[in-house]
Amino acid sequence: MAIQIKTEIFDPFEEIQAYQKKKFADIKSIGASTIFIGTMRDFNEGAPIKSMTLDYYPGMTEKQLDKIILSAQQQWQLIDCLVIHRVGHILPNEPIVLVAVWSSHRGDAYEANRFIMERLKSEAPFWKKELLDNNQARWVIKNTNGYTSN
Amino acid sequence: MSIKVRYFASLKEKIGRSEDTLPYLKPMTIYEVWHHFNVGTTIPENTLAAVNMDYASLDSLIKDGDEVAFFPPVTGG
Repeated sequence: MAIQIKTEIFDPFEEIQAYQKKKFADIKSIGASTIFIGTMRDFNEGAPIKSMTLDYYPGMTEKQLDKIILSAQQQWQLIDCLVIHRVGHILPNEPIVLVAVWSSHRGDAYEANRFIMERLKSEAPFWKKELLDNNQARWVIKNTNGYTSN
Repeated sequence: MSIKVRYFASLKEKIGRSEDTLPYLKPMTIYEVWHHFNVGTTIPENTLAAVNMDYASLDSLIKDGDEVAFFPPVTGG
């Protein structure tokens, strides 16, 4: 299991490949892998967005992510998890978050991935501040519930 | 010893500082910690609080050496 907070742009596919190579050389029980990648859109709440700055609470963010993953491990049979989240200045199309889950069966991998992502959105202390096309800045007020909203 | 108080994101901007330190004199709630430093200012609606990097309710008691944090709803991912 690994949690990483990155201040620079990252390639989620390279990260996954590197992680698999490093961790799974001797593991033959993986039957399912699920990957969620969240990227920055160039619009939000009806306005074009030029860039955003992601703030976080060092220490608490990692602690809460750790608890979320532990909770997932208690509910599903998981082999491994990798969570990477960007902070700092982010541009449209850049990845913000990666959640990768490996298990023997697809049900565990699918459901645990969704669970980790939804809990991250509501509990991990990150905050987005958007820079609009007109150079006005605004804080994102709240995240939507992914199970009930688009 | 003392209590460290931290503020994040829009709340930090709103009150104009990121940190306060309070000498520890007696047990107090998180709510009382807020009012000690932000006299006459109501805690903004939906503000979340944490003690030692775990979520806590505003009526939780804090002890010497604790780190208390106040911040708005989280918006990562």
